[in-house]
Amino acid sequence: MRAAPRELFAFYRDGFRSMVLGRTLWKIILVKLFLMFAVLKLFFFSNVLEKEFRSDAERSAHVLDNLTRGASK
Amino acid sequence: MGNDILMTVNWSRAQFALTAMYHWIFVPLTLGLSFLVAFFESIYLRTGDESWKKLTKFWMTLFGINFAIGVATGIIMEFQFGTNWSNYSWMVGDIFGAPLAVEGIFAFFLEATFFAVMFFGWERASKRFHLFSTWMVAIGSNLSAVWILVANGWMQNPVAMAFNPDKARFEMQNFFDVALSPTAVQKFTHTTSSSFLLASLFVMGISGLFLLQKRHQQLAKRSMVVAAVLGLVSSGFAAFNGDESAFHIAHRQPMKLAAMEGLYTGTEKAPIVAMGIINPDKKPGDNLPAFKQEVVVPGMLSLLANRDPNSFVPGINDLVYGNPTRKIVGAQERIASGKIAVAELAKYKEAKKTGDQSGAQAALALFNQHKDDLGYGYLNRPEEAVPPVPLTFYAFHVMVGLGTFFPIVFICVLFCAFRGTLENHRWLSAICFACLFLGYVASQAGWVVAEVGRQPWAIEGLLPVGVASTAIAAGSVKTTFFIFLFLFTGLLIAEIGIMVKQIKIGPEA
Repeated sequence: MRAAPRELFAFYRDGFRSMVLGRTLWKIILVKLFLMFAVLKLFFFSNVLEKEFRSDAERSAHVLDNLTRGASK
Repeated sequence: MGNDILMTVNWSRAQFALTAMYHWIFVPLTLGLSFLVAFFESIYLRTGDESWKKLTKFWMTLFGINFAIGVATGIIMEFQFGTNWSNYSWMVGDIFGAPLAVEGIFAFFLEATFFAVMFFGWERASKRFHLFSTWMVAIGSNLSAVWILVANGWMQNPVAMAFNPDKARFEMQNFFDVALSPTAVQKFTHTTSSSFLLASLFVMGISGLFLLQKRHQQLAKRSMVVAAVLGLVSSGFAAFNGDESAFHIAHRQPMKLAAMEGLYTGTEKAPIVAMGIINPDKKPGDNLPAFKQEVVVPGMLSLLANRDPNSFVPGINDLVYGNPTRKIVGAQERIASGKIAVAELAKYKEAKKTGDQSGAQAALALFNQHKDDLGYGYLNRPEEAVPPVPLTFYAFHVMVGLGTFFPIVFICVLFCAFRGTLENHRWLSAICFACLFLGYVASQAGWVVAEVGRQPWAIEGLLPVGVASTAIAAGSVKTTFFIFLFLFTGLLIAEIGIMVKQIKIGPEA
C-alpha cells in the first residue's frame, strides 16, 4: 500500500524533471500567477464590498441604496 | 448618468471586453484541440502505427503551450467582478457563486490528475490508460466551460429566479431550469461546436503551412483529414444550433436580433441582409435609410425568427417606441413602468427602515407588478435601449460569412485528400493557412454579437451596465486597463513565439 504514494510521487517528480519545453511554460505560468495574485489582486483588484463592509446586511443595504438612488433624488 | 460615472462604466466595459477577448484566444483552442488530440491518439491505439503517435505528441505539445499561456486568464475576469462590477457581482452571487467554485475545483483536480498522465505518462502508463486520460482531459476541459456559459446564458435570458428586495439579490428558484434553459444549452453547444471548428482550422492551417514548405507532409495530410472531418461535422452542428439560437434571440432578445440585421422598421416577410453597408447617420425614429447598400434575401429573417417566411419581425423602432397594432410594448412604456418599480423599491426600503410594515407590503405589492421592467427604470431615454447597431451587424455578418466559407474549405480538403492530390494544390494549403487566422476572427466576432448586441444590459431587461458597475474612479480602471493591455500583449507574444518555434522544430522534437 505504501508503494502507491511513492510511485505517484516518483511519477510527478520524474515527469517534472524530464520536461524541456515545459520548464519554460511553468516559468511563464508562475510569473503570470505572481503578477495576477501578488500584484494585481493585492494592489488593484480588491473586492469592494468585502473590503468596505463588514456584514452581508451592510452589503445588501449598500447595493439597495445604489439601486434606488435615482428614485430618492 | 454623470460624466464621471459614464467614464468609469465605459472603461470597465473596455477592460472586461479586453480581458474576455484575450481569454477567448486560448479557450476555444483548448476545447477543440483537446478532442482532436484524443482522436489522433485513438487512431494511434487502433493502428499501432508509430507515426500517429508522433503526430499526436506534436499536436499535444501545441495544446500544452496554448493551455499554459491561457491558464488562469479567466480568473482576471473574476477580479473585475469584485472591483469594477460589485453591484452586479452581489446581485447574482446566489446564482453563480457556488457552481463556479465547484467547477473550478473539479477542473483543477481533473487537470492535475489526467493532464499529468497525458504529458508525463507516455512511457509510464499503459496505452489504454493514457488514451483514457487524454479523453478525460478533453471531456473535462469542455465540462469546465459549462457553468460560465450557463451564467452567460442566464444574463441573456434570466429565468428561474426571484428578486429578493431585502437582500438586493436575484435568488435561484430552480437549478435545473437555470442550467437547462434553452439559452444556456444553445450557448454551450454553439460555443463548443464553434471551438471544435476553430481547432480544426488551427490544425489545418499549420498542416497547410507544412505542405507549402514541403515539410512533414505525411503528418500534415493525416492531420488535415481528421481536422477536416471534425470541422465539417462541427460546422453543421454550429449552423444548426446557431439557427436555434437566433430563433430564441428573436423571442427573448428581439432588440438584439433587430440590431444583428439592422432592421429599424418591423415588417412581415422580413428579409435577411446577406451583405450591406450600414448608414452610419441612421438613428431610431428618423426617416433615413438604414443601409447605403444592401443585398437582401426576402422572407428569410421571418423564417429564421418565427419559422414562417410571412410572419412579422419587429424592428428597432417598434421596440423603442412601441407598436400597438402588433401589441409590442416599447422601451418608452417600459421605462415608465421601470421607474415605478425603482420608486416602489425605494419606498419599500424606507418603510422597512422605519418599521412601517403595511407601507412596506404596499410598496412591495406595487414593485412586484412592475419588477419585470426594473432595468428600464434606470434608462433616461428609450433610445438608450438600442445596442450599437453597426458593430453588432458587421460582427454577425462576419461570423456568418466565415461560418459559411469554412465548410467549403473542409469539403475541398476532403475531396483532394480522397483523390490523393492534397499536396499538389498549393492554393488550398494557402487558404487553409489563412483560415487559421480567419477562424479566430469568426470566433471573436461571435462573442461581439453576443455581448455588444445585448447592451445596455448586464442582465437582460433587469440591470443595465451603468447600475451594475462600481462607482470607483475612472482613472484607476484606466490604469489597470493599460496594465492588462501590456501584460496580455507580452503573454501573446510569448505564446506566438513559443508556438512558432515548436512548429519550426516540428514533430521530431
